[in-house]
Amino acid sequence: MAPRKPAARAATAAAAPATFTKEEDFLAYREMLLIRRFEEKAGQMYGMGLIGGFCHLYIGQEAVVVGMQMAMQPGDQVITGYRDHGHMLATGMEAGGVMAELTGRRGGYSKGKGGSMHMFSIEKQFFGGHGIVGAQVSLGTGLAFADRYKGNGAVSVTYFGDGAANQGQVYESFNMAELWKLPVVYVIENNKYAMGTSVTRSSAQTDFSKRGTSFNIPGEQVDGMDVRAVRTAGERALAFAREGNGPYILEMQTYRYRGHSMSDPAKYRSKEEVQKMRTEHDPIEQVRARLLNAHAASEEELKKIDGEIREIVNAAADFASHDPEPDPAELYTDVLR
Amino acid sequence: MAIDVLMPALSPTMEKGNLTKWVKQEGDTVKSGDVLAEIETDKATMEVEAVDEGILGKILVPEGTQDVAVNTPIAIIVAEGEDVNAAPAAAPVAPVAAPAVAAAPVAAAAPAAPVAVAHADPEVPAGTEYVTMTVREALRDAMAEEMRRDGDVFVMGEEVAEYQGAYKITQGLLQEFGDRRVIDTPITEHGFAGVGVGAAFAGLKPIVEFMTFNFAMQAIDQIINSAAKTHYMSGGQVSSSIVFRGPNGAAARVAAQHSQDYSAWYSNVPGLKVVAPYSAADAKGLLKAAIRDPNPVIFLENEILYGHSFEVPKLDDFVLPIGKARIARPGKDVTLVSFSIGMTYALKAADELAKQGIEAEVIDLRTIRPMDVPTIVASVQKTGRCVTVEEGWPQSGVGAEIVAQLMDKAFDYLDAPVLRVTGKDVPMPYAANLEKLALPSVADVIEAVHAVTYR
Ligand SMILES: Cc1ncc(C[n+]2csc(CCOP(=O)(O)OP(=O)(O)O)c2C)c(N)n1
Ligand SMILES: [Mg+2]
Repeated sequence: MAPRKPAARAATAAAAPATFTKEEDFLAYREMLLIRRFEEKAGQMYGMGLIGGFCHLYIGQEAVVVGMQMAMQPGDQVITGYRDHGHMLATGMEAGGVMAELTGRRGGYSKGKGGSMHMFSIEKQFFGGHGIVGAQVSLGTGLAFADRYKGNGAVSVTYFGDGAANQGQVYESFNMAELWKLPVVYVIENNKYAMGTSVTRSSAQTDFSKRGTSFNIPGEQVDGMDVRAVRTAGERALAFAREGNGPYILEMQTYRYRGHSMSDPAKYRSKEEVQKMRTEHDPIEQVRARLLNAHAASEEELKKIDGEIREIVNAAADFASHDPEPDPAELYTDVLR
Repeated sequence: MAIDVLMPALSPTMEKGNLTKWVKQEGDTVKSGDVLAEIETDKATMEVEAVDEGILGKILVPEGTQDVAVNTPIAIIVAEGEDVNAAPAAAPVAPVAAPAVAAAPVAAAAPAAPVAVAHADPEVPAGTEYVTMTVREALRDAMAEEMRRDGDVFVMGEEVAEYQGAYKITQGLLQEFGDRRVIDTPITEHGFAGVGVGAAFAGLKPIVEFMTFNFAMQAIDQIINSAAKTHYMSGGQVSSSIVFRGPNGAAARVAAQHSQDYSAWYSNVPGLKVVAPYSAADAKGLLKAAIRDPNPVIFLENEILYGHSFEVPKLDDFVLPIGKARIARPGKDVTLVSFSIGMTYALKAADELAKQGIEAEVIDLRTIRPMDVPTIVASVQKTGRCVTVEEGWPQSGVGAEIVAQLMDKAFDYLDAPVLRVTGKDVPMPYAANLEKLALPSVADVIEAVHAVTYR
């Protein structure tokens, strides 16, 4: 298909993260805080019975989607699994529409029919929200196929977990993506666990950046708790894919603070392990400290952002609690076009 | 402003839980996100977080209370400065809490899930003692008994060992049988289903657990092309004594990709046996039979039924025959045929219909393939009318097969067209109101019975 350039083998050791300007740090802070507060609220609303089914929170992993979003260009597509609230907010989807989907109301992004795991926005080029572990990897590769086919210069950013990385279709996709030099960046969110299984208990190769080696796909490990490192690596990977060199793998080393879903006994890891990540590596605290120290921002400025975010999230929760359920006639709509 | 802390729902199907421990005590200051208490369900132990700031004014449900219903107020949070010592029931500042105080003990005393009394099964010797157990326990016991009996039986699947099963069906198996025989797999359904079939070719007897049957769609090629067809293709040389099991069908509020009933799919395939039990006794007796069967058996469980209790015969080795339906309730006016969770609608409808003077005979298929057509035909010869009940989709469903069999084998006995009650012909929606509409209901069954009995 494409003129085949030899794949430039990217350096595995990431360079020191670029520094952010004050504006960039403020942007990252605001975006990550929105996801954190949104997810906390979703967890509370689940406990109150307003949200049902499975609800997978993204708390702890915020720097991954925010850093990637800062590196992306308009028109680039995003696709992910069921832990998708953060990805949607990062693409600019409305908090109210996302929360109303979580509560199954008519104002939700899928009119209440999809729920937490299944949401989409063509406007924001967000292609879901998928409940079957690994399925989004071939779908994301297909988005990249369409980008190449149309020659539109866009890149597909395809997110999946450390657990999903063991599904067979991931490797079928890797092979095709490299063979056809498709513009896709595979972002493996390695949060160390797939449900109750740590990566060492599920994976023969735990360096996920090497998962494309036998297909000659370059990859690197990234500190996914540092939004600057994520953006820098994201820019490098996106440029590589956009220039026609084929796929690129970014292993984001991150951590989920909460249970896999709401009903997780969390006996597979210690409270100390979680606490250590929270106190020493929290992505939001890192930016907050930089804003206060390096950028000499004032507590007032940060408080103002906190207040604004709280208002957005409260408004979203309010909308999602009061918006009516879908019209019963919706049961039979949208089955076919 | 006093605020009630309610017993939270922490999983799609949780209805009640035990309050094991208060982490905060009366008078403690709490912030949004603080852990207030620990609760325990039949699946897991979990933490209850504060949603609001304030002071834990009053604990309404003491620690150690069993079976607290979801949404029962368990504590009251009051604002800083509010009198935490004021008796909350009388305190005008906490009007919401007043009825709650009375409600808590009622909820705590709520009876456990109703125990369905087994109707005499011809397979159970007279005078047999019964014990009450959940479907979950029955399935676990069936596997444990067969693993003790036969060293070639092993279990594998996602989270079956260390986590004790995503739905706690394999609880305790790792501890008893060790990691040689209770094996956690990566999330690679197509791969481990094939590994299971290969191991079965070589003479082992795998029990492959799918976390849910929705994920078995990743593996269906190995199930059908390798497990179901090889015995035939090899002229009877190579076979696979393997059980594929896990929860099938809709759970609660998990939407389209996690809520499909595969009974009809597998029932379409020669070379497979397909079992879908309703009661704990059938779950136990049929799972033991499935493990011993020299053929591939698809064993379809139901998440909602896992916590239901039934009477199970207290026998050292209770094995039921695959392929035999059971008359769950005798009657003369109409035949209801169902299986798995569909039985809950059929049995409730039969109760209601009895009050209206209509005696429904309820048949629990238990096995979908091979289907016990003679039992259905014999019943229809008596009643002249039939309604099928299932949660799956209508087109080419299990009900459609029953209708076709009756046209063929009982046409002259029918006094009315056979009707099907099924899940609606749409993917499962997430919204609570739409989900309810998408599933069959007791009212649907009663309406269908009225139609076929012309009442
Ligand atoms: C095909 C398939 N198998 C199993 C599941 C059940 N399941 C849902 S999430 C999950 C763990 C996935 O872990 P990982 O990919 O690491 O993502 P994370 O949850 O950590 O974000 C499992 C086993 C599923 N949804 N789909
Ligand atoms: Mg993970």
